[in-house]
Amino acid sequence: MLRVEGLTKRYKAGDHALKGVSFTVEPGQVVGLIGPSGAGKSTLIRCVNRLVDPTAGKVFLNDAEITSGAGDLRRVRRRIGMIFQEYALVERLTVMENVLSGRLGYVSFWRSFFRRFPAGDIEQAFRLLDRVGLTEHADKRADALSGGQRQRVGIARALEQNPELLLIDEPTASLDPKTSRQIMRLIVEICRESNLPAIINIHDVALAQMFVDRIIGLRAGEVVFDDVPSRLDNAALTAIYGEEDWAAMRKTAEDDAEDDAEATQARIERMAGLV
Amino acid sequence: MSVPRRWRRPPLLIANPVLRYSVYGGVLVYLVLAISSVEVNWTRIYEGLDRGLRFIEGFLVPDFTTRSRDIWLGMVESLTMTVTSTVAGILISIPVGIGAARNIAPMPVYAVCRALIAVSRSFQEIIIAILFVAMFGFGPLAGFLTLSFATIGFLSKLLAEDIEEIDESQAEAIRATGAGWWQVINYGVQPQVMPRLLGLSLYRLDINFRESAVIGIVGAGGIGATLNTSMDRYDYDTAGAILILIIVIVMLSEYGSSQLRKRVQ
Repeated sequence: MLRVEGLTKRYKAGDHALKGVSFTVEPGQVVGLIGPSGAGKSTLIRCVNRLVDPTAGKVFLNDAEITSGAGDLRRVRRRIGMIFQEYALVERLTVMENVLSGRLGYVSFWRSFFRRFPAGDIEQAFRLLDRVGLTEHADKRADALSGGQRQRVGIARALEQNPELLLIDEPTASLDPKTSRQIMRLIVEICRESNLPAIINIHDVALAQMFVDRIIGLRAGEVVFDDVPSRLDNAALTAIYGEEDWAAMRKTAEDDAEDDAEATQARIERMAGLV
Repeated sequence: MSVPRRWRRPPLLIANPVLRYSVYGGVLVYLVLAISSVEVNWTRIYEGLDRGLRFIEGFLVPDFTTRSRDIWLGMVESLTMTVTSTVAGILISIPVGIGAARNIAPMPVYAVCRALIAVSRSFQEIIIAILFVAMFGFGPLAGFLTLSFATIGFLSKLLAEDIEEIDESQAEAIRATGAGWWQVINYGVQPQVMPRLLGLSLYRLDINFRESAVIGIVGAGGIGATLNTSMDRYDYDTAGAILILIIVIVMLSEYGSSQLRKRVQ
């Protein structure tokens, strides 16, 4: 279970990305996080695993607070699996190395340096590769795979952590419609199987409605909608994205000009803070 | 709606046209004056041509045998200097390069590493060689130190720039798994910069061999010293032989490194 209380983030440049966001995600619940570019979606999920440090507010994972500064970052991050936009696999490493990198928070540097992972980790990695249907690609380089296959590796890497929570950032942004659905279906199935809570940051409203259990709409750093997908009507969409002919535009929430400003901001801070 | 029919690209550097054209004019005037200030002494050029001709003659009939022992010793010394200094240089360059990459190194480390690189890069090899020869005497030790030092400036700078240009998202994904700093370097950064690091190292091996011939002239040992001696003796046949050998070795190493680089992409 994930509990977020009054999460606030103000970037050094002055952008107020999050303004006291609160919500709770039950075990096994898949939450779709929607909102216009720059609404703070990317910042929100990065505050949860502290790739970005929140300015104020608290995050509890299974009733243990994970935002307090003193806590060991490594211990916090390894409990939370993250799946990225554009996969973010290490292109020149093999599929297996990418999956095993999910164990980096648990093994020592030298073990990981010589790729001598414990037998249990390797066994689990092979199981996961089998689960996402990539067993025969284990020793291929990640850049030899197709988009859908790469995202499956990304999913396996996140699950290899034995996470208590999945954070998923635009999982389908660079996939075709069919592959997008397959990936979403896989993610939702896995969360059901292991009773894993998940937050999916997603631009494609129609796709989100099709798969998730609950939708949170973010606008300018504030929650303006939080309900089951069927309640997301035109009025709610207007509240989130602003005035638009939603009846006609229902399916074109795809926004290629990504959360540019927001992502850049977050990156600058991450580079400066280096944690 | 009426729209303009004329469009010009806005000037890139200097917006004010008067200032712009006066700067252009000033540069032109300076160039004309500067070139005309170079004195050309035609009689000396004529005499020099004669000497050049003798040199080319020697080059055309290279003498590998008379001083074969000196040439051999010089070559071995140069190659030893090249290999050892390149290896030492690479070993030092990797930590310095990591430290000089703004996106992964903390500020104080960054400043120190950048300063080291700046010092190494601001002096040409010959100047460093003169300094080391003065400090440690004639011979290959000075050459080894010179080339190692120059390698650090070259490799660390380019490695640091490569690290700064990595795809951040790959490193972020590794960081998000709970990896420690060294693990992020090993998994998230190293695979992205490895091919270029290897290519640059091989390229530096080439450069170091060529430089070893040059710094020999100021007393840092190697084939350069042999070449210098033969020139002083007006022994152009031997000098020609040495130059040919240098060309052959440089071409061989160039070919070898390009083959290797193709394999590691």
